Amino acid sequence: MENYIEQARTTLLNPAEVGDRELDTLLGKMSGRHIDHADLYFQYTRHESWVLEEGIVKSGSYNVDKGVGLRAVSGDKSGFAFSDDLRFPTLTQAAESVRGIAHGIGTGRIVATERRSVNAPVLYGPHDPLASISDAEKVSLLERVEQEARNKDPRVKQVIVNLAGSHEIMMVVRADGEICADVRPLVRLTVNVVAESNGRREQGGFSGGSRETYDFLTNSDVAFEYAREAVRQALVNLESINAPAGTMDVVLGPGWPGIILHEAVGHGLEGDFNRKGTSAYSGRVGEKVASELCTIVDDGTITNRRGSLTIDDEGTQSMNTVLIENGVLKGYMQDLTNARLMNQPPTGNGRRESFRHQPMPRMTNTYMLPGESTHDEIISSVDKGLYAVSFSGGQVDITSGEFVFSATEAYMIEKGKLTRPVKGVTLIGNGPDVLNRITMVGNNLELDSGTGTCGKNGQSVPVGVGQPTIRIDSLTVGGVEI
Amino acid sequence: MSGNGLVPEENSGDVSKYVVQALDYASRFGVDSACARVGRGKGYELTVRMGELETIEHHNGGSLCVTVFMGHKKGSSTTSDFSDEVIAGAVRAAKSIAGFTSEDPCNGLAPKDRLAREFTDLDLCHPSDIDREKAMEIAQECESAALTSDARIINSEGATVETLESTTAFGNSDGFLHEEKTTSYVVSCCVVGKTESGMQQDYWYSRGCDPSQLDSAQSIGLMTAKRTLRRLDSRRINTCDVPVLFEAPIASSLLRCLVGGISGSALYRKASFLLDSIGEQIFPEGTRIHEQPHLKRTLGSSFSDAEGVATVPRDIISNGVLEGYVLDSYSARKLGLETTANAGGVHNLTIDSGQRDFAGMLKLMDTGLLVTDLMGFGVNTVTGNYSQGARGFWVENGEMQYPVEELTIAGNLRDMFGAIVDVGNDVDLRRNIRTGSILISNMAVSGE
Repeated sequence: MENYIEQARTTLLNPAEVGDRELDTLLGKMSGRHIDHADLYFQYTRHESWVLEEGIVKSGSYNVDKGVGLRAVSGDKSGFAFSDDLRFPTLTQAAESVRGIAHGIGTGRIVATERRSVNAPVLYGPHDPLASISDAEKVSLLERVEQEARNKDPRVKQVIVNLAGSHEIMMVVRADGEICADVRPLVRLTVNVVAESNGRREQGGFSGGSRETYDFLTNSDVAFEYAREAVRQALVNLESINAPAGTMDVVLGPGWPGIILHEAVGHGLEGDFNRKGTSAYSGRVGEKVASELCTIVDDGTITNRRGSLTIDDEGTQSMNTVLIENGVLKGYMQDLTNARLMNQPPTGNGRRESFRHQPMPRMTNTYMLPGESTHDEIISSVDKGLYAVSFSGGQVDITSGEFVFSATEAYMIEKGKLTRPVKGVTLIGNGPDVLNRITMVGNNLELDSGTGTCGKNGQSVPVGVGQPTIRIDSLTVGGVEI
Repeated sequence: MSGNGLVPEENSGDVSKYVVQALDYASRFGVDSACARVGRGKGYELTVRMGELETIEHHNGGSLCVTVFMGHKKGSSTTSDFSDEVIAGAVRAAKSIAGFTSEDPCNGLAPKDRLAREFTDLDLCHPSDIDREKAMEIAQECESAALTSDARIINSEGATVETLESTTAFGNSDGFLHEEKTTSYVVSCCVVGKTESGMQQDYWYSRGCDPSQLDSAQSIGLMTAKRTLRRLDSRRINTCDVPVLFEAPIASSLLRCLVGGISGSALYRKASFLLDSIGEQIFPEGTRIHEQPHLKRTLGSSFSDAEGVATVPRDIISNGVLEGYVLDSYSARKLGLETTANAGGVHNLTIDSGQRDFAGMLKLMDTGLLVTDLMGFGVNTVTGNYSQGARGFWVENGEMQYPVEELTIAGNLRDMFGAIVDVGNDVDLRRNIRTGSILISNMAVSGE
């Protein structure tokens, strides 16, 4: 990672003529008495997007974003400013504006030592996706994916394919002397289709990606698999009937349905809510909060995964953190500030959308470890219920614990067998309550395809989820058939 | 703020120069036509939690977005760096992308004869002297009002004061150039209440372009506390089919579903539950839904849309019948229609209210579910299928009885629109979609 720091300096600092002396001056201004932590977060992101619809690539866009976020923390208070102008006089002004936060609260324990760099095992390559294939090849990929979807079935009427790639160079310089940098590639391909039959129209979609270059999509069949999946889902939905309303047993398929863990558990275990005592899980470490079949982790260390990070946005090395072990709450996800205030170690979950935002505890890849049951055993155990395999998204109220997630592909289970597909339906429950009603966990752990984006306090970050097939007894299903 | 849109004024302002610069490069690089938008914002966000300053964020930044057309091929590029060479690079990147996209005869600038020419002052810019100390006082007063109002309020996510002065400029190679300054102020609060049965939180906010439009800090705090307290000891109810009253602050989401269904992009893709519905009775007779783009001192007002097209007040639903779509110039060409000046969205979309206030709406419903919060992503614009998480209050004899949670409400949007019984005059004016509470005759409510 050493060379990443050089790369960051070359890209971000050198053009603005900001060197070590200037960095020291800025951090000096930000870290007076009572300041516990101060950092500079430099970021340079290039992002592109290509969209194909109606058989042609209609538009493309290219974004360049460059700037720095300056932060001073004192106790539980923080001052923050950002600038897209990296010249020293502007940064000096910004640095002065953030230190006003200290009013004799923090202990001011920053010990500035010799500058030292962090070295963590690199989880993804530094290569630039945007330059990994030519623009002509990108266009050709979109066209071939579209053809795959159209050729699959004549009922396919609309195909929209979106290819997005970004390359981010970030560097954190901290008042305690730590300096580190990361280079993060990210690509994603999304296929949405509308199928029509006898005047009825339904949609299907699939999306996936990785922290790699576009080679991830071109070196295998994966992009075409997304197209086939999107078509399959749209055709299934053409046959769907009204979903039932009421409480019933629900089986969630492996992989992306792990969104339930993200909502029902994940957000409630983020350090900030728990330090403040506003989460339904506050003060419950050591308590049994889920069925003993449940072991849930947040793991930022999986190679090339969308939610993975070599280091987080505060310079902490990514980790695999056990949140719930055999149903018992083990710990929270922390950034530096909340870890310090709760007297716990940071867990590498300090993340931010960009230099324009302050870091806070966020998930990386959150998943449940496999259990003993087979997928078929779980399905056949249900007399009357719902089997859901794909979702459009979820949401949670961390204080009450209430959460929802909305299915886009689901089936009725009758007498242990899958029968008719049902229309999209929202499921609702209370996190700690629902986790206790997980009665079967499959042996078929899968991670999602690399498509998740999580929003919190207006900030979006890429995340991953995963799980084996699970059975939840009596969950509320939001259909129309009473 | 005022002036003729087609002739750039002298001293055309802070950020117009970047638009002009981008358009100059576009012309020098030989593109056929181009447009550019610049937005810059400056302000701060200050949060007080449990009586003490928690965080101050200073905001100061912006971006330039340029779109170029080579024939009918299109490319776009965005940058947050306003240096001359980077602007040139952004235009070059957009042109390069246009080289790889396909000819689409519907691509292009907005029709020249539809561009806005008249800009009178909408009174949207009110720079204020609310400094950090004053903002801190406001936030403290707001949160304190909530925290001290009842012993069951035990915790807080804080009270926040946000200020923003933004300048946006848009221009195109047909000679349009316009710059606008607006200000916005928001005071918000979120607290946590607790009883033996558990914790609940709720929030409230006030928003305006002029600080004098905002409710007092104290009343925002008291409303936050009131809304949090009334949620405590929520129960569950049995699955049932009952009338549903959408409280005004969330009723706007129903109109957002309407906008989704009649927006040009959904229509030309044939991905809407309201395809080919012009002239059809979508809402009950008497329903009027219209755009009010020129309301003074109202965030959301504008004389031009995001492509520079002149906005006009117009009916979208008249006497329950769909009169018009929500189109930008691209989707209009795709559909063989004319733009409705909705590039970037609708402008103060308003559903006209009936005579009843909120209490009157509860009486009208008599027995049913009052929904105060919606959760989830269960709206399908292609089919109109609707299934959302909900919470609120069980209502009997026209009175709120007790709070309820862990429910879903479901139906089909087309049926729901047709089943609107009345719209209250308790209009929520804080957002770009303005509605009172909306009563729907019946929906499937899923509970225990």
